[in-house]
Amino acid sequence: MDSHQLDILILAALTAVTCALPGVFLVLRRVSLMSDAISHAILLGIVVAFLFTKKLASPWLVIGAAVVGVLTVSLTELIINTRKLKKDAAIGLVFPLLFSIGVILINKYIQGVHLDADCVIFGEIAFAPFDRFVINHIDLGPRSLWTTGAVFLLNLTFILVFYKELKLTTFDKGLAAALGFFPTLLNYLLMTIVSVTAVASFESVGSILVVALMIAPPSAAYLLTNRLSTMILISGILGILSALGGYFLAYVLDASISGSMATFAGILFFLALIFAPEKGILAKILVRRWKKWNFASETLSVHLLQAEYAHAEETERVVSHMSDHMLWNDDYTSEAIAQAIEDGLIRKEGNRLTLTPLGREKAKNILEKK
Amino acid sequence: MLLLNTIAEFFQNYTIQIVFTGSLILGITAGCLGTFAVLRQQSLLGDAIAHATLPGVCLAFLITQTKNPFVLLLGAGISGWIASLFLKLIVENTKLKKDAALGIILSVFFGLGLLLITIVQKLPTATKAGLDKFIFGNAATLLKQDVMMMSAFSIFIFLVLIVFWKEFKILVFDRDYAASQGMPVHFFDVFLTTLIVIAIVIGLQTVGVVLMSAMLVAPAAAARQWTDRLGVMLFLSALFGAISGTFGAITSSMVSNLPTGPTIVIFLSIFVLVSLVFAPNRGLLWDWIRSYRNRKTILTTTMLQNLLLFSEIQTDPFHPHDISALKAIGRGAIDKTMKELSRKGWAQQFEDKRWALTPKGLDKARKLTKEYEETISGFSSA
Amino acid sequence: MMMTQTTKITNPAIDVTDLTVAYHEKPVLWDVDFQAPQDTLLAIVGPNGAGKSTLIKTILGLLKPAAGRIQVFGKNYRPQSRLIGYVPQKGTVDWDFPTNVLDVVLMGRYGHLGWFRRPKVEDRKMAVDCLEKVGMADFMNRQISQLSGGQQQRVFIARALIQDAPIYLMDEPFAGVDAATERSIITLLRELKDKGKTIICVHHDLQTLKEYFEWVMLLNVRAVALGKVTDILTQENLRKTYGGKAAFLTGLKEEEEKGHASA
Repeated sequence: MDSHQLDILILAALTAVTCALPGVFLVLRRVSLMSDAISHAILLGIVVAFLFTKKLASPWLVIGAAVVGVLTVSLTELIINTRKLKKDAAIGLVFPLLFSIGVILINKYIQGVHLDADCVIFGEIAFAPFDRFVINHIDLGPRSLWTTGAVFLLNLTFILVFYKELKLTTFDKGLAAALGFFPTLLNYLLMTIVSVTAVASFESVGSILVVALMIAPPSAAYLLTNRLSTMILISGILGILSALGGYFLAYVLDASISGSMATFAGILFFLALIFAPEKGILAKILVRRWKKWNFASETLSVHLLQAEYAHAEETERVVSHMSDHMLWNDDYTSEAIAQAIEDGLIRKEGNRLTLTPLGREKAKNILEKK
Repeated sequence: MLLLNTIAEFFQNYTIQIVFTGSLILGITAGCLGTFAVLRQQSLLGDAIAHATLPGVCLAFLITQTKNPFVLLLGAGISGWIASLFLKLIVENTKLKKDAALGIILSVFFGLGLLLITIVQKLPTATKAGLDKFIFGNAATLLKQDVMMMSAFSIFIFLVLIVFWKEFKILVFDRDYAASQGMPVHFFDVFLTTLIVIAIVIGLQTVGVVLMSAMLVAPAAAARQWTDRLGVMLFLSALFGAISGTFGAITSSMVSNLPTGPTIVIFLSIFVLVSLVFAPNRGLLWDWIRSYRNRKTILTTTMLQNLLLFSEIQTDPFHPHDISALKAIGRGAIDKTMKELSRKGWAQQFEDKRWALTPKGLDKARKLTKEYEETISGFSSA
Repeated sequence: MMMTQTTKITNPAIDVTDLTVAYHEKPVLWDVDFQAPQDTLLAIVGPNGAGKSTLIKTILGLLKPAAGRIQVFGKNYRPQSRLIGYVPQKGTVDWDFPTNVLDVVLMGRYGHLGWFRRPKVEDRKMAVDCLEKVGMADFMNRQISQLSGGQQQRVFIARALIQDAPIYLMDEPFAGVDAATERSIITLLRELKDKGKTIICVHHDLQTLKEYFEWVMLLNVRAVALGKVTDILTQENLRKTYGGKAAFLTGLKEEEEKGHASA
């Protein structure tokens, strides 16, 4: 591996972690798609700032992006507040407009610079090592490594400083407002952070794949843990894994690095979706199967108890009656009876079912519990 | 006559004809289905599905090695449809919310598409395969066969909408009630989503995956402001979609360096903005006028009742009061309010800025007070 | 003590036996038996989360039961047979939907019309008649977003009326309506009952229970009691349904004692 490849790898991993940090809060606050809206809309800010400064490496580009990011959020909220349109439609109207203006400005007024619509969508991390940060003839490494590093520190500081506030406003907005924590202000701060992160990552991974790095690792982490701090940690780790895995996937297939990173992030999410220990689909199927029979045997004992209370005739307690009454098919009924006998809840004498003391106790508990 | 000739010449141009017809079909179809997407609050579903069609386009090319639009769009449709199933899988099986699921599907599928595009571009057979036109769309590259296929798809959509009109209507308005009448709602859910996938596929070549969602959302959002009938909304949405689509596509193919998708979005946004502000009844402008009038009425009637209250203390109902006293108890621009009162003949001004009720004003004030008391007692007795 | 108080009913309109319903394997209804006699006004009463709406939705076939049998007029029920008119909670739909009052009522005819067919003049006439019955005929061309809570409820009831079903299931028809609407709805329900219809409502207000309904089912995940309101509405049953903490029930106790004294 040469030094350029190493540069790319480090930059990819750093970008992924930087995106994952605010992404955790977007996912938890159910505003994941604001990342999509913002990462598109900020193009307008970048283009306008570029038209004034004529430099790609100007801090004004970041400021322009942040301003348009906040503008996207406030325009969307403005439309929602008129109550003429619903939230999803408002989001779906604002960002395409801002993005379109940006694309048209690029096409009409910016030619031959390293800023075109394709680069906006795709990003090209492979070129990053060639843009060096040089002070006094000393090569300090790729420029984007420095900018992304700075944004990473900014995001980390933001989350560390406002951890308690972010947590509270995310989980209980009303209480946060009552305690004087300014949830609206914090929301705008978070959206500014998202905009700045998007503009920094944009050059390497492109506007749409920023969304993959912001949303997929935190969503996977959400399926793996119930604690906020652990979720942030896992999101970061999954982000780095997406970067590394994506890089090697791209190397093997000789394909776009950013595309591969998003694909790999998607694969990791899919694995979490299937295999996550508690919230994964596989775990749910297993639990569901276990619960189904558990539930069936409990239902049987509750039914028998009700029959005892009602002093129902003998027929209520006969095996053949069960499938008829519960609208279960015969296989299901015999399976349920077998399960209930195995659990020690009922006894079968000939064709007749009776509750064991344990079964009676359990059924009573179920009925009395609210 | 010269203008008419120019227009006639314009439409004799073969490329323009193709572009015009293609974008017209696209605008109408997207407008129709967007109506349902917006009313179901699924505006962003279109965005996710549109992005998710990209890997399908690339895979179709990789497998068949042809640029036959039917094959590519079939790939797009299958991939978009699979994406919608993934969405269902995530939302129904985890506590993750719809927005996160949409974000993941949108970006990961698009990333996969990007990965495949770069592979396609490195193939020796792919002489600049031109698959990137699917990203921003390029109306100028439409061919006659593309337009034929788009028409076939959209005719299918129209037929379905006509046949199942009342079913879709009740599904979107009240799903539970529809099910209680024995309607197969799950089937219609998937059916409607499939139609949206088809509409997106129709637009891919013209508008591109990135901005296709605006083509669905914007015409419907604008149309909603002008009417309270579903049928009219659908018609207007199709009309707005058609106008924006054709204007945008033709402008972009006549002006150099003007990508089609973004140009159409600008036209669409103009429709939305104008509709939000000026649409009769629902528009913001009428909201503002109504609230201004309301405020004016409240200010004048309150002042009138205050004058009545004052006058009874004085035993002379037409006793003039100093404007400064009125200012002390009133709200808003008192001078303006008093002018309005005198314009209506309910109050008159004396010298040295003193104001008094007129006999007509006294009647009106008494009537207002009586109505007010009746409303209050009506509330308490109910 | 655990024994449920029930009254034997012959020829019930709705007959639910051993119904168990679960959301994500968590039981919402446990082994519920429920019989609704024909031509009555019956209220389903219970605390929040008792499974009242679940019971209604399961009878309608909107939810799949884990176990149990549901029969309507002695036959297993399928929504396609449309024997039940449904009035959902009015908060479950988007009232900003672009349609007018008449159109919403016509939706009640869609089931009868079947596939492909559009509502005809007769259907419109029926819709206007139903709107007249709920006192909303003047509003037939009104956009639905301009209706008050009480008017929305009347429109929903008109939509159920046009189905002309023998049984009506209503989910909280009195929630969020004004006093005048509440009175006119109850008058209408009584008229329906007199025509031999069976009306089952999820109800919240224990104060009006005795006045409005003849029959009541007390429900809290399991069936607590079912029978004539006068027999069922006892301190003991209410405590079983709502738990011991229900302080607001004391008013009802006094009323009950007064009733006993005068009797």
